[in-house]
Amino acid sequence: MREIYLSGYSNFIIPFMIGMIFVLSWCIIGAIRVIMELSAEDRKKFFLSLLNPKIMAKNIKDWFCDCLFHVKLWKRNKLLGYMHSSIAFGWFMIIVIGHIEVFLYTPERIHQVWYPIFFRYFVAVTENTMKGSFFFFLMDFFLLVILSGIILAITKRIRSRLFGMRRTTRPSLTDTIGLYALWSIFPLRLLAEGFTADISGGSFLTKSLNDVLHFFFSDQMNMLPTWWAYSMALCVFMCVLPFSRYMHIPAEILLIPMRNAGIPIRHSRKGISRLQVYSCPSCGVCIDACPMSAVKANTRDTTVYLNRQIKRYNERRIEEISDKCLLCGKCTAVCPVGVQGDRLRIAQRSIRKYNISQDYSNIDTNSLKNQLNNFVTTENDFVSDIHNQKVLYFAGCMTSLTPTIMKSMTSLLKKAGVNYGIMDKDGGICCGRPMLMAGRIDQAMELVAKNTEIIKESGADILLLSCPICYKIFKEKYALEGIEILHHTEYIDRLIKEGRLKVRKSEKSYVYHDPCELGRGCGIYDQPRNVVSSAGELVEAEKNGKESICCGGSLGSLTLSFDKRKALTENALKNLTIASPDEVITACPLCRSTFNRYSQTPVRDIAELIDSNTEIN
Amino acid sequence: MSIFGFRISPSSAINLDKVDRTRFEELCRIEPDAMRCMACGSCSATCPAATFSGMSVRKVLLNLQRGKEEEAFRLMSNCMLCGKCTMVCPRGINTRHIILSICRIYEKEAGR
Repeated sequence: MREIYLSGYSNFIIPFMIGMIFVLSWCIIGAIRVIMELSAEDRKKFFLSLLNPKIMAKNIKDWFCDCLFHVKLWKRNKLLGYMHSSIAFGWFMIIVIGHIEVFLYTPERIHQVWYPIFFRYFVAVTENTMKGSFFFFLMDFFLLVILSGIILAITKRIRSRLFGMRRTTRPSLTDTIGLYALWSIFPLRLLAEGFTADISGGSFLTKSLNDVLHFFFSDQMNMLPTWWAYSMALCVFMCVLPFSRYMHIPAEILLIPMRNAGIPIRHSRKGISRLQVYSCPSCGVCIDACPMSAVKANTRDTTVYLNRQIKRYNERRIEEISDKCLLCGKCTAVCPVGVQGDRLRIAQRSIRKYNISQDYSNIDTNSLKNQLNNFVTTENDFVSDIHNQKVLYFAGCMTSLTPTIMKSMTSLLKKAGVNYGIMDKDGGICCGRPMLMAGRIDQAMELVAKNTEIIKESGADILLLSCPICYKIFKEKYALEGIEILHHTEYIDRLIKEGRLKVRKSEKSYVYHDPCELGRGCGIYDQPRNVVSSAGELVEAEKNGKESICCGGSLGSLTLSFDKRKALTENALKNLTIASPDEVITACPLCRSTFNRYSQTPVRDIAELIDSNTEIN
Repeated sequence: MSIFGFRISPSSAINLDKVDRTRFEELCRIEPDAMRCMACGSCSATCPAATFSGMSVRKVLLNLQRGKEEEAFRLMSNCMLCGKCTMVCPRGINTRHIILSICRIYEKEAGR
């Protein structure tokens, strides 16, 4: 080992150092800003989570799996996963090995930040020893890995379909500059190291390149411009990073511990919202996922563009994008970094100023309470030995528009001999979820308070809901201690398991549609499937579970009119009926009526299906 | 005064010349669909808030058109934005968004 330049300095490191200092100070100030913007309670929660060994272990795992290996992208598409992880992990390893080399050979230089980056220029190491050749090989190997990733990245720009993506994001100007800088960094590094390889040593890649280069250039001085170019490319990339999508690289490092600490979005732009917006890598996975993308004009209203417009403070577009969204939550489910597109949009809606506010103080809950003071007890020998709980059935607004669901559900409750009462037979108060989705949180909470009062008074043990929209808000915002909140799919599953409902299995095949609020919203996937398979053959849609496609009828969208929703519904139906089932079964009254409008296949609710396949005990 | 069960009711005529229609025109500009309402009453029939404040999008629009804003606000005060009116509207009018727009454009005047 010998140092080629005793000073350990050359002018070409200046651009690199400028970029490095700029990007580091930007990120440190940004991180402090985000942490300061959190509410005192959230900040405390965040710092405490860092002391919790369990959460910290998860943070470390996520840093590796998400930032470096891009596991979520691997699961989506192998090629896409390889492309991202080769560049991220390869680069990480080059930096780490660079530091190890400095530490081993020139430990006194470790405080010189540029030394690991431009190590080959400053230090010559013999590749004849085991140690030398091992490091040379590793450096060349990871450089090759990155270069293969870059080649894939260039291919992706031309043919994104190979990577399982129908549509990708249109890069902005700074994104493009960053992209070209990133693409040029590693070929330039290879060139620079190739020029130096005969002095500093090298391995299979750099050494062979050096041999080739010797045919053209005999003068050693030719290497200086390539090192300058390498340093300049790094400088351009780092200077453009805070203004481009590559900001996701540092932002994600902070987002992961915040996400694991469970810090919610409380402000439309500040704190965790800001962090999520900057963590968006503009990968465009949400574009293909968005149910609105069935109409090409809507692709510009996906989460990736929302994040971009929030960064630009383009208020008109922010309003347009956030009001149009169906809030199905699919972008959140597929997002590789965990940007919560739906919650971010509700937060944008919540800052709207309304001159007229709703006020529900005049609603007399007593008259509503009177509706349900008598629970219906069915005299049924079959169930006399089973401990009977009081079930309060809240049908909700959407179920009252599809009375057949309510009818089937009450019929099922009777058949199973359940002691039940109906909360809103002659009209009730809305659960508050539609109000919440419109961003009017205070009004929604007023409705929540009114309903809580009625439910607590009723003395019920179980609150039964047949609408996933209600179910979500009841689970999340209502404080009903001692009352079990169940969606009717869960309850029917329980009744079947307890043997209180005897379901006859038919020859027909059914496809089950996961409603957004039930599946992605509350994580209920298995119970409805158990129920459907007890009544017939269960077939699956092309995209199901976490990736099921919204029916298009969602109350989440404020501006999407009926005629514009038709294409979305038809697209969702096409996905559902891929295995040509006899019937489409859903568990949401809104999905049922939306699908029913355009479907060729009969559409029924899960309660209707079970009711028609059950005998009276 | 009521004799034989009949009485003279006060005139319900509205002088539209005296009504300030600027806000309603503003509403129609933002929500052109507001003028497409054919007053079929589907929204009135389904509205869960109708039990409490007599809410109906049809009535709200009519009252606003006639300048009876106070009455419209009273009706709207219990709207829960549940979206049933939008789902049943035979004209496919986005009534939910109309309600939100009314809440944004109009202002309750002080003292009322």
